[in-house]
Amino acid sequence: MIAEAGLAALWLAAALCGLQLVFGVMALRSDGSGAVSAIRPVAIVQGLLTLFSFAMLVWLFLRTDLSVELVAANSHSAKPWLYKFSGTWGNHEGSMLLWVAILALSGSLVAMFESRLKERTLTATLAAQAAIGIGFYAFLIFASNPFARLSPAAPEGRGLNPLLQDPGLAFHPPTLYVGYVGLSIAFSFAVGALLTRDVGPTFARAMRPWVLASWIFLTIGIAAGSYWAYYELGWGGWWFWDPVENASLMPWLAATALLHSVTVLATRDALRAWTIMLAVVAFSMSMLGTFLVRSGVLTSVHAFAVDPQRGTFILGLLILYIGGALALYAMRVGTVREGSQFEFVSREGALVANNLLLSAILGIVLIGTLYPLGVEAVTGEQLSVGPPYFNATAGPLALLLVAAMAIGPLLRWRRDQWRNVMGRISLPVLVAALALMGLVLLTSPIGILPMLGLILAAGVAAASIAPLWKRNLRRTPMFVYGMVIAHLGIAVSMAGMAFESAFSEEVLVAASPGETHEVGPYAVTFDGTRPVAGANWTAVEGGLTVQRGEGEAFVLTPQSRMFSSPQTETNEAAIRTAWNGQLYTVLGSSDGAGRSQLRLWWKPFVTLIWLGALLIALGGLLSLIGRVRRERRTMEREAWA
Amino acid sequence: MSTDPAIEKQTAAMKRFILWVPLAIAAIFFGFFAYALYFGNSSPQQRAIESQLIGEPMPEFALEPSLASRPGLSSADLATGEPRLVNFFASWCVPCIAEAPQLMQLRDAGVAIDAIAVRDRPQDVYAFLERWGDPYERIGADTQSEAQLALGSSGVPETFVVDGDGVIVHQHIGDIRPEHVPEILAALENAR
Repeated sequence: MIAEAGLAALWLAAALCGLQLVFGVMALRSDGSGAVSAIRPVAIVQGLLTLFSFAMLVWLFLRTDLSVELVAANSHSAKPWLYKFSGTWGNHEGSMLLWVAILALSGSLVAMFESRLKERTLTATLAAQAAIGIGFYAFLIFASNPFARLSPAAPEGRGLNPLLQDPGLAFHPPTLYVGYVGLSIAFSFAVGALLTRDVGPTFARAMRPWVLASWIFLTIGIAAGSYWAYYELGWGGWWFWDPVENASLMPWLAATALLHSVTVLATRDALRAWTIMLAVVAFSMSMLGTFLVRSGVLTSVHAFAVDPQRGTFILGLLILYIGGALALYAMRVGTVREGSQFEFVSREGALVANNLLLSAILGIVLIGTLYPLGVEAVTGEQLSVGPPYFNATAGPLALLLVAAMAIGPLLRWRRDQWRNVMGRISLPVLVAALALMGLVLLTSPIGILPMLGLILAAGVAAASIAPLWKRNLRRTPMFVYGMVIAHLGIAVSMAGMAFESAFSEEVLVAASPGETHEVGPYAVTFDGTRPVAGANWTAVEGGLTVQRGEGEAFVLTPQSRMFSSPQTETNEAAIRTAWNGQLYTVLGSSDGAGRSQLRLWWKPFVTLIWLGALLIALGGLLSLIGRVRRERRTMEREAWA
Repeated sequence: MSTDPAIEKQTAAMKRFILWVPLAIAAIFFGFFAYALYFGNSSPQQRAIESQLIGEPMPEFALEPSLASRPGLSSADLATGEPRLVNFFASWCVPCIAEAPQLMQLRDAGVAIDAIAVRDRPQDVYAFLERWGDPYERIGADTQSEAQLALGSSGVPETFVVDGDGVIVHQHIGDIRPEHVPEILAALENAR
């Protein structure tokens, strides 16, 4: 009955979604005020129904109802409850239901809380959200029904992909999804604004919190995914430019650009067409990511539940929505009045530079991700584009971007004088110069990119704090603090990346028991291996006794695990975190004569990468709270006036 | 700023044209995706994984008996001239319970089945066979997973079909479900 209840709720929600679309079209075509007032409750109930449907699926997984095909295929009665819970979205159907639930719920949130937009634009926005919804409901119900029954019921479930049995990964996809699908709101806002030709500061202020919120979730999701790959895949790197990683990075890049251009639109009424374009691109990148991961056109370590039929369905949705939105853009944006003008040397100018650089990086990542596909189409050859391409192309642009980011907040809106700007950036430049001197004097030569990264990080850190200089700190708005912290986070992350790539030490040895090897500040003694077994894996575990200087010795136990279904070998790295870096150890294969391959890394300050990402997200959160509060105050004031 | 109407008209047309460029770019990408979906040769179905051990003789191992009442298992026991099954199982393994009826069915069909009990205690193995049925001729105790690692098996349950010369001809990963029984019988028949 639970499965039937979930499915019924889903059908009902789909029907309401259709109704929402019809109401929206009616309201836009005539002055049907009845349709306008009905569209909000319809959107709210639709969201609640999908939430109910998703809750039913969670319940089925928690009680391991093996008469449901999806549960039997992806869960197991002996699994810890956390993985039963996360198993709900650790598969294609469940994750699509989560996707649709978030889509519908964000529509409800707009219907409940959006009070800035003109009624007509809001109606158009909710109609656009319903138009996206209807396609994804169809996909879910006709191509990926999560509630299909299995008769007779399976005696036992098949378990969950071992790589996904990790607490970090249990909550990584939902976080990322909130970010991905949250961007659908920006998309619907853009479509709504194009339909009603209502693009301006009010529109931008209404859109901004939604963009900010999705962007925060995307940031956290990407950082968590990166840390997961770092400790779970055992190759010692934190970013691989894997297609699936890129699929989450591309919407982030677009959303970051959108976040800044929407601020220009809200504050200065400029960049109208460009902001609309970015909103369309950002959600298009989310949908593209879904398509790449779900259709199987790109091969990746992360791609699961791939199916060409479903790929075709999603491709149809992509053509419909991205193509439709871009066509609407081409037809309508010419009639949107151009916004205010500004000088090149100004806050706007720096933000335009930021947008262009972000877009260029986005283009590079997009091409790098899809290039293998194109080559295969033309020559039939299979190849992959690896980190060298991305580092060489995106790296320098990212450094430029960070430099623009340092200067931007120090510029005035509309127009500024080079002379005054020079004065304001002199302190950060000084800090960067000191960092350069320190590096040259104190260390052996390092690569040019890490070198620039470290110098820039120092300068950017100083420049990020500079906007607070000579300000009354208690009267400074919260969103300014948000910006300061987010930009500081970029500096922190960048310092971590530069440190890691410049000063990492790696030792790769075939060690016999009893041998000691030095890496960084540690002396690592190999004690030998022993077999261990878990519920659904067997492993060889290495014992490492580690000593740092005079400190107390401790034991690390990296494992090389073998799982049966699907047959995979994973390396469970053993990691020790100290204040100034991490010791990262991986056990490789044995040579049969008692020696085992050991990989030891000393990664100084590598944790700064994720710490910085958390700061970025925290900065976003402060901005969001600050903006929403200020909006509310303004509206109260207007209500009194 | 020019006031020449012809030039102005031209710039306007140019502007309108540029607005369609994003759609054109997207269309090219859609084309590639469609091509990759329908004609790409990396579709996942064509990437079936086959064990590297198939066609190889059983790696050497010799295991102590798991139960006092029954002989243990060594690789030498497997070249008997008749095809047989080697089943990895454990009393702590839940899918092994699901698999038990199918193993009984195979035994009743005259298939010889040997077992390797992975990381198990004799009393637990005994209780497991009492409760879920006992299709085995020999049971080796693999207390340290050594035989399992030697065979490249990565979990329980897992079943190997071995021909009369002790060569592995088929590997079944995971529990044997009712629909797998004909497949296994066919593999045994082919090994004859």
